[in-house]
Amino acid sequence: MRKNKISMTDIIISIILIGITITCLVPILNTISISLSDRVSAGLGKVYVWPINFTIAPYEEILKDKQFFTSFLVSIFRVLLGGVINVFFCITMAYPLSKDVKAFRAKNMYMWFLVFTMLFNGGLVPSYLLVQNLGLVDSIWALVLPGAVPVFSIILLMNYFKSIPSSLEEAALMDGANPFYIMWKIFVPLAKPAIAVITLFAVVGHWNAFFDGLIYINTPGKYPLQTYIQTLSVSIDYQNINSLSPQDLMKQMAISDLTFNSAKVVVSMIPILLIYPLLQRYFVTGIIMGAVKE
Amino acid sequence: MLIIFSIIPMFGLIMAFQKFSPVYGIFGSPFVGLYNFKTLFFRSPNTMQVIFNTVYISVAKILLGLIIPVVFALLLNECRVHWFKRSMQTIVYLPNFLSWVIVAAMFSHIFSVTGIVNSMLLFFGLKEPIMFMASNIWFRPIVILTDVWKNFGFSAVIYIAAITGIDLNLYEAADIDGASRWQKVKYVTLPGILPTIILMATLSLGNVLNAGFDQIFNMYNPVVYQTGDILDTLVYRIGLVNMQYSLGTAVGLFKSIISIILIFLSYKLADKYAGYRIF
Repeated sequence: MRKNKISMTDIIISIILIGITITCLVPILNTISISLSDRVSAGLGKVYVWPINFTIAPYEEILKDKQFFTSFLVSIFRVLLGGVINVFFCITMAYPLSKDVKAFRAKNMYMWFLVFTMLFNGGLVPSYLLVQNLGLVDSIWALVLPGAVPVFSIILLMNYFKSIPSSLEEAALMDGANPFYIMWKIFVPLAKPAIAVITLFAVVGHWNAFFDGLIYINTPGKYPLQTYIQTLSVSIDYQNINSLSPQDLMKQMAISDLTFNSAKVVVSMIPILLIYPLLQRYFVTGIIMGAVKE
Repeated sequence: MLIIFSIIPMFGLIMAFQKFSPVYGIFGSPFVGLYNFKTLFFRSPNTMQVIFNTVYISVAKILLGLIIPVVFALLLNECRVHWFKRSMQTIVYLPNFLSWVIVAAMFSHIFSVTGIVNSMLLFFGLKEPIMFMASNIWFRPIVILTDVWKNFGFSAVIYIAAITGIDLNLYEAADIDGASRWQKVKYVTLPGILPTIILMATLSLGNVLNAGFDQIFNMYNPVVYQTGDILDTLVYRIGLVNMQYSLGTAVGLFKSIISIILIFLSYKLADKYAGYRIF
């Protein structure tokens, strides 16, 4: 039996917890309120966690901003394409690898192959040159193909496939099903929770990636959303930056269109916030399945 | 079937081997031995500074990233109101899913001259706003703290899961023995999640040279190169911005090799102390 009395310790703990939680929320709220405030108060730094002189003008501006719109579409397209490709490769890789060494002799070799690529990579410059030589620069494939085979997700799915009883497979073989049929019709439906997890990994990963867009895509019209925002609000004019003093630099940062950019940041957060309930439900299970297994 | 699909991971491997030849003209270029490495370590004075920055930032991140989530998970576990606990967890977990582009944009507003932090400091009697993002004193702490801000909810969730896994009988036994609340935390909960803590610590060892490219890249500016430049950003600037391909690759290779040694070491340690293996 637990005592239901509220003690001093309870109060202190609650206060600390509330403090931590507020620290987590304030930056997000601050950005949202800046995006909803008028320019002058935002520029003067009067806005805390509640908008001053409420206005939705920045959002109206976004609707008119063609570049933002195309980038948003590029990002969505990328998430869909990349997500489908990732999940497809995951399933087709994980299924054979979940079999016993006896049934599939080269298994360990492939396994090492995968893990090796996970631990060791060529680094930035060779990767870039490879993509360039393959002629992928400036196409959406440059964003989707280099990460087409996510090893961590494969291991996760492989472990899940392993937990499905093999008697199901034997029964299907008796009935004359071929391996492809067994995989798509028996194993994939049974592994739905794990597939949900890897899909979410893929979606979040693709939505949040910005750097590949920055180096592989040269036409601003083809930038995914995160890259577009990155070029806008974070880096300011790197060409003549070396000639600037810190004061000038800060001034330039302040002049850049604060409310408008905040509004863009907020809009780009929305998809993540929308799928957040799903994320919360599956991510933890996924991490625990994949990493902290016995 | 598998052979077809393993061609795609081959991309990764081709890249891994390409670096062994200097890159202009991949197979035909002259072999220069360790020349690039010599340039790197003996002829450019800031390489050591960059390595120091990298290790400093990532070690601080790893330490704080271990302590804060554990404390938070323990506190949350002591909290008895269920809905309160759940909503806390939901909120602290949220920043984890935002990209660094967004997080960096938010924090550069917050720490800017007219940002919320400076407004508050001025209110409390500071004379002049501090330029946090362009200050070599403040840049590292900001990088470390924002990283913790973004990621601690995620680790906390893992610890909370570990706490849920502790056998309730142990708490009952402790109650019967008359243990106080603090004693229960100290002798039941903490030892219960210790294997998870050790596991997380050893696995993060492999990341000592990864100080967080996405984050630094979005937050730094030339004024803070002295304290904020890390290996990955150096590779980017040397390799892709200045087009010195082979020098950039040399830095990358150096980093990869140290990292892989650290990763093997950490897996060995994880195996030994926490019984963890990939397969």
